[in-house]
Amino acid sequence: MNVVVCVKQVPDTTARKEFLPDNRINRAAVENVINPFDEYAIEEALRLKESQGGSVTILTMGPPSAEDSIRKALAMGADSGVLVTDPALEGSDAWSTALVLSRALARLDYDLVMTGMESTDARTGLVPAALAEQLKLASLTYASRVEIADGKVRVNRQIPGGYQEVEAVYPAVVSVVKGVNEPRYPSLKGIMAAKRKEIQKLGFSDLDLPADSAGKTGEKAKAVEVTPRPEKPAGEVIRPDSPEAAAGAIADFLQAHKFI
Amino acid sequence: MADILVYVEHEAGQPKKSALEMASKAASLATATGGKVLALALGAGAANTEKRLGQFGVDDLFINDSDVFDRYLTEPQVDAVAALLEKSGSNAVFFPYTPDSKDIASRLSARLSSGAVANVVDVVDDGGHLDARETVFGGNYTTTVEVVNSPVRIFLIRANAFPAEERPKDIQQFALVYEPGPDAQRAVKGKVVQEEGAPMPIDEASIIVSGGRGLGGPEPFTLLEALAQELGGVVGASRAAVDAGWISYAHQVGQTGRTVKPQLYIAVGISGAVQHRVGMQTADTIVAINRDADAPIFQLADLAVVGDLFQIVPALTEEIKRRKGG
Ligand SMILES: Cc1cc2nc3c(=O)[nH]c(=O)nc-3n(C[C@H](O)[C@H](O)[C@H](O)COP(=O)(O)OP(=O)(O)OC[C@H]3O[C@@H](n4cnc5c(N)ncnc54)[C@H](O)[C@@H]3O)c2cc1C
Ligand SMILES: Nc1ncnc2c1ncn2[C@@H]1O[C@H](COP(=O)(O)O)[C@@H](O)[C@H]1O
Repeated sequence: MNVVVCVKQVPDTTARKEFLPDNRINRAAVENVINPFDEYAIEEALRLKESQGGSVTILTMGPPSAEDSIRKALAMGADSGVLVTDPALEGSDAWSTALVLSRALARLDYDLVMTGMESTDARTGLVPAALAEQLKLASLTYASRVEIADGKVRVNRQIPGGYQEVEAVYPAVVSVVKGVNEPRYPSLKGIMAAKRKEIQKLGFSDLDLPADSAGKTGEKAKAVEVTPRPEKPAGEVIRPDSPEAAAGAIADFLQAHKFI
Repeated sequence: MADILVYVEHEAGQPKKSALEMASKAASLATATGGKVLALALGAGAANTEKRLGQFGVDDLFINDSDVFDRYLTEPQVDAVAALLEKSGSNAVFFPYTPDSKDIASRLSARLSSGAVANVVDVVDDGGHLDARETVFGGNYTTTVEVVNSPVRIFLIRANAFPAEERPKDIQQFALVYEPGPDAQRAVKGKVVQEEGAPMPIDEASIIVSGGRGLGGPEPFTLLEALAQELGGVVGASRAAVDAGWISYAHQVGQTGRTVKPQLYIAVGISGAVQHRVGMQTADTIVAINRDADAPIFQLADLAVVGDLFQIVPALTEEIKRRKGG
């Protein structure tokens, strides 16, 4: 079972964001981490490798500094990494990200592609299914359990109120939810071993794509304006002296806002 | 403006609230420019969506009630939407921002080389084409997004972004003819398992009562359930409560949980860590109950109540009961 895990490097949510003049986030100015959801995908891939044999490859599109995230995944136990990095890819949206990842995957050998369910910065959750469409594969999304049997991949796909079993012949694209597993921490030995593992670098010209299919020129969802959330005027603070007074005051408020 | 297509999620023919909200918005945009509102409903019961959709501004309803939509995941729906877009010439489509529709919309985006905007909280007419307003970075920023170089503009619309407004129309129903190819049958759906205590989806709820570490254990969540029930809402939680095993992950609000935009969010015993806030700060109205007057959640709250949740929550539930009765 050879698994490629798509891992995105994202700005730490707690960091303050700065925007560049063209409305993109200034990634150089913030601390970056592995997209928290992707850690579950990495862990799930490692478990598949442990139970089925095979390899785990990390695929990332991002700036050169995204190599740090790949290194961390290698330290967790992945075998190799591919970093697609090129100034021409800067500013790629979900559509072109999926296209670029699909082209990089065309150069790799895989039985399964795993992704997180969304990235904490873009938060679109659009890449996994779009990637599957580009690869002409099934998209089994929101998996809370992944099982391989009889040439098929079976997942428990989270739906409101429970889950639905969904299966497909692999290769397929599987996105996982938090809670599918508990990601491991890199061990010291893992960190040392990661230093020697290979990270292949691909540029835009390796992908065989027309110039207008990625980066700023390929953008289809174009942010034309960014406005910070307006400061909310401070709300009312009350310190009621009894539970009844508190209940009365909250009920008044809810009634005034037509919630009761 | 060309016609706007609304993708309808429904429960055995009963359109979800999202469909009515999107139809209302599409109708107001279309009326201003002389376009029509088209709707597509798929799967068992699709034809029965007509009555409600007609009340909320839909002109033409297309249906296909083949069981392929219930047997296979995502791809037959993509085929059907693509077929209808081609047939109708409509170049803007509204999907609800739910897991199922998100997959359909994103495959459609790849197939039609068209831009998709997620997390849409408003759609505006920008001189003949539609732009989206999207919240990003946990609601800390709003961007206006223009879809360019795309035959179709795809918008994924947040629950509660628009009010559902009645606009009775003389709705017409058409059958959408579509034969699924083998590709559409790649992902096979199996049985549905209802999980014990699995919640209502919090993404779509208009009212959420959320509990955090301050609850101290699983039992006090019954206090929140009682309050939520009185208000017609659902129960959410902070990660601290989820990680402690007091309530299941599906309830988690925040960076690694769900992003919600309810009309009312009541945070009980939640401090308001940034990872929690990014999941709920675009709620229209926020009430917080916390015994710590310096809790960061109070910075967001429209009404900040300093006090003990174990005393206040039951009293509040009683008070609401009393007022509703009277
Ligand atoms: C990568 C990452 C992702 C994360 N994702 C999420 C996420 O998705 N969602 C999330 O919520 N968190 C997330 N967190 C965790 C977040 O940082 C906080 O730890 C968490 O939100 C705290 O939960 P809490 O407010 O319930 O608990 P606490 O911060 O412990 O707050 C409990 C509050 O209850 C109050 N309280 C206690 N007793 C009472 C009482 N009797 N009456 C009234 N008030 C009382 C206290 O004053 C306190 O303010 C994430 C963290 C990381 C690092
Ligand atoms: N630049 C990227 N490089 C690698 N994987 C990505 C990238 N962007 C998104 N993904 C994958 O797609 C998932 C969903 O991301 P998104 O659609 O951006 O919310 C992530 O959890 C990653 O697994």
